[in-house]
Amino acid sequence: MTKVTMAKSHLMGLVGDEDTCTAFLLGGIGELNATREANFLVVKPDTVIGEVETFLKRLLARKDIGIVLINQHIANDVRHIIEAHTDPIPALLEIPSKEHPYDAAKDSILKRAKGMFSIDDLR
Amino acid sequence: MGSGDKINVFPSRMILGLMKTRLKGAQKGHSLLKKKSDALTLKFRATLRKIIENKTIMGDVMKAVYFSLAEAAYAAGDISQTVIQNADKAQNKVKFTKDNVAGVQLTNFSMHSEGSDVYQLTGLGKGGQTVTRCKETAQKAIKLLIELASLQTTFITLDEAIKITNRRVNGIEYVIIPRFENTIAYIVEELDERDREEFYRLKKVQDKKKIIREKQKKFMEEYNKRQEVSDDAPKNLLDTEHDPDIMF
Repeated sequence: MTKVTMAKSHLMGLVGDEDTCTAFLLGGIGELNATREANFLVVKPDTVIGEVETFLKRLLARKDIGIVLINQHIANDVRHIIEAHTDPIPALLEIPSKEHPYDAAKDSILKRAKGMFSIDDLR
Repeated sequence: MGSGDKINVFPSRMILGLMKTRLKGAQKGHSLLKKKSDALTLKFRATLRKIIENKTIMGDVMKAVYFSLAEAAYAAGDISQTVIQNADKAQNKVKFTKDNVAGVQLTNFSMHSEGSDVYQLTGLGKGGQTVTRCKETAQKAIKLLIELASLQTTFITLDEAIKITNRRVNGIEYVIIPRFENTIAYIVEELDERDREEFYRLKKVQDKKKIIREKQKKFMEEYNKRQEVSDDAPKNLLDTEHDPDIMF
């Protein structure tokens, strides 16, 4: 494992729509580092996908980010970056948004496991 | 037996012993690796099950968060701009803890709070209670998400580890062990053939010696016969034949 630094706390990154960001920032995970760079990105309906991609790539490359939360509908647009990210750290977590409830079929992680398990096995 | 590939060695008994030891080593290594792979797969399945469980719970928790956010927005007005502008220092961070399963290092996340709440004063104007409630719900959600992230990391790490281990197991089972077995078969075959050759050579020598012995025997017989025919063969003192009595 390459990017692990022990005994130092890591931040949680966030790429989400306005409501998601408000909720989680209230929960206390938002931070601006020394260069006024945020660990979160508010994705509005008019945000360019390119901007999301750049931000996400930067988040994943940062050494002080342990987990990255991303709304599922945004994740669908940047699916290629998510699939290309195979390091265990930072962990990419797909969360539902207010308008788009959780869809297990699109989740990257569960797709990897599709071969071994079908969700109906556990119901 | 020309089947499969083998190691090129000079066939001797010493090398045979060596190869047998190495084969045993490979077999032991194979069974150990198989055990490791089984242990990892077990943990992998357990993790996957937990992930699926948690993801379903997460769906519900997130709904609760958005609901309380809507409540707060209703009571305190649109707080999103204030919240987003005031993000400065994160109160809740994650720490790594390492875990070891069957020789594989796994990382776990745990929530770690430090510093003060930046949003203590948010909503003081109106609807403060709903804002606080929203904060609490969000923090609960964050805790759950951190757990989920731990599971996910474990999942990915285990996946990689299992792939590597299985590759090694199969390598040993289908390449290394057959190679040793073929080598041993070859050496045994060569040694047997050498023994057979020795045996054949010995037999041939024995046969030859037998012929020579026969020839000698025959010659001695001839010789004795010829001697017996002549009368003036001197009498043997040790003969126990009946002596005619001496008559005066």
